[in-house]
Amino acid sequence: MEKNYFNPKVELLSKEDLRALQLKRLKSILNRVYRRVPHYRKKFRQAGIRPSSLKSPDDIRYFPFTTKEDLFVDYPYGLLAEPLEKVVRLHTSSGTTGKPKAIFFSKRDILAQAELIARSLVMSGAKARDVLQNSMTYGLFTGALVMHYGAELLGMLVIPAGPGNTERQIELMQTFGTTCIHMTPSYALYVATIIREKGLKPGRDIHLKRAYLGAESYSEETRGKIEDMLGVKVYNCYGLSEMGGPGVGFECPARGGLHLWEDAFLVEVINPKTGERVLPGEVGELVLTTLNRNAMPLIRYRTKDLTTLVEEPCPCGRSHIKIARILGRSDDMFIVRGVNIFPQQIESVLMGIKGVAQNYQIILDGYDEMTVKVEVDREFFDGRIERLIKLRDEITDRLKQALQVRPKVELVESGTLPVSEGKAKRVIDNRIL
Amino acid sequence: MKIKQLSVFLENKKGRLYEALSVLAKEGINIRALTIADTSDFGILRMIVNNADAAKRALEETGFTTKITNVVAIGVKDRPGGLAEVLKYLYEADINVEYLYAFVEKSGEEAVVVLRTNNLDKTIDILSQRGIKLFDSQTIENI
Repeated sequence: MEKNYFNPKVELLSKEDLRALQLKRLKSILNRVYRRVPHYRKKFRQAGIRPSSLKSPDDIRYFPFTTKEDLFVDYPYGLLAEPLEKVVRLHTSSGTTGKPKAIFFSKRDILAQAELIARSLVMSGAKARDVLQNSMTYGLFTGALVMHYGAELLGMLVIPAGPGNTERQIELMQTFGTTCIHMTPSYALYVATIIREKGLKPGRDIHLKRAYLGAESYSEETRGKIEDMLGVKVYNCYGLSEMGGPGVGFECPARGGLHLWEDAFLVEVINPKTGERVLPGEVGELVLTTLNRNAMPLIRYRTKDLTTLVEEPCPCGRSHIKIARILGRSDDMFIVRGVNIFPQQIESVLMGIKGVAQNYQIILDGYDEMTVKVEVDREFFDGRIERLIKLRDEITDRLKQALQVRPKVELVESGTLPVSEGKAKRVIDNRIL
Repeated sequence: MKIKQLSVFLENKKGRLYEALSVLAKEGINIRALTIADTSDFGILRMIVNNADAAKRALEETGFTTKITNVVAIGVKDRPGGLAEVLKYLYEADINVEYLYAFVEKSGEEAVVVLRTNNLDKTIDILSQRGIKLFDSQTIENI
């Protein structure tokens, strides 16, 4: 594996030094918000805690969470820890309803986030001579601008293409010899299809090497398809406006998870119902504290994104922890017989079993009974009942292993369950409690 | 001597069997024999029909999951011990019967038994040697 670092001093810090740096920054940021942000001072007081109570990074668990709702208290400027003259940029994150979340950056914040991006790009093997075509939306959305600054900091030539106009995108790629693209996975798939339709060949007509795909979840199958069609390596990137946009989590060439830059973020994974830390390897909600943000620090921000921590050392040499790809949203969690279950856990078990078609449905009823309806793949049906019974038993056993709860599995005909489109209704709760 | 049997996967849902059969009725398909193997939440409808390929096409167009498999149909004398005799031959030849179902022919003299075994070719050999009557598809379709 080729090993490149943008800031080796920080990227290769020992775990102990990283903890020490986190403690120093955490103390400072808790003090800052306590002194400067009335809402935080109020929250800390209500929780009966002071910044001086924190003796180790682990003590963060005694501090209150920041939720999306907190961002709308004293809206829009109330969470600023710097006077407005120090604030240079606004980004917003569109909520589906009501006002957008407002996130502010100081000059230093913009540079700090750009450095995270530059580290991530170098981690993927990018160099100053690379040409990045940035096809995310420029504007209030963090996706394009934050990436733009990071790539410039590294020294790449950035083509601020923005999204859409696929003909022009492809022309730009051909004319300027684009080597890296940044876009959503669904758009990448579309662009790849058009490139193929035009009879253009990767390696001959276009010379892409890397695709940075984020802002939407996508499967390993989709990744493989895009890699094949474009002749690129796809890097999964994770970010959210509240944490400064892209560059929060980024895959290294070893894959197996996304590195989170721990000098910039304190990482926790919690049970979304209880707020307690989950056990190592368990799925939970990602909670992040900004360690290096001036204008608008956020303490224990509930991302609502579900993941697990990957604790093993990474062959790329970086000490910064990895998270598994985002599994879904914590809002989707339900509890059966006292066990927390995410639809995504069920989905990942089902997708690994031959004979199972695309769709499934989870029905909760009676006395905490869980039924999982699974469509049988048409090709799998061979007229034998034993084969279906075996399939049903295999699904039941594998789900029991993964969930610790034995569901009733019902096989249904292909095409009879609601089709999965993003927010398909997967869980129907008919329990009377 | 193999004949085509159409199997249809049926989930346990009210009216689903009726839906399958009305698709066949609309298509003018005549059912010669029928059986249902079921568990508590799904079943398989197995049929011998006068045109298995057309029946399969019609069912799939309306969303059913189907499969055509080969079976044999034999004539068994309508008297005590008729079927037992046939099964004895298969048992002696170490052939496993996966399932069977029967219907009585119009003349009433013999029962037609539809058989699925783990080795159809061998089944056909053994039963022909023993003088058991095997129906070809045309005969079955025209019963």
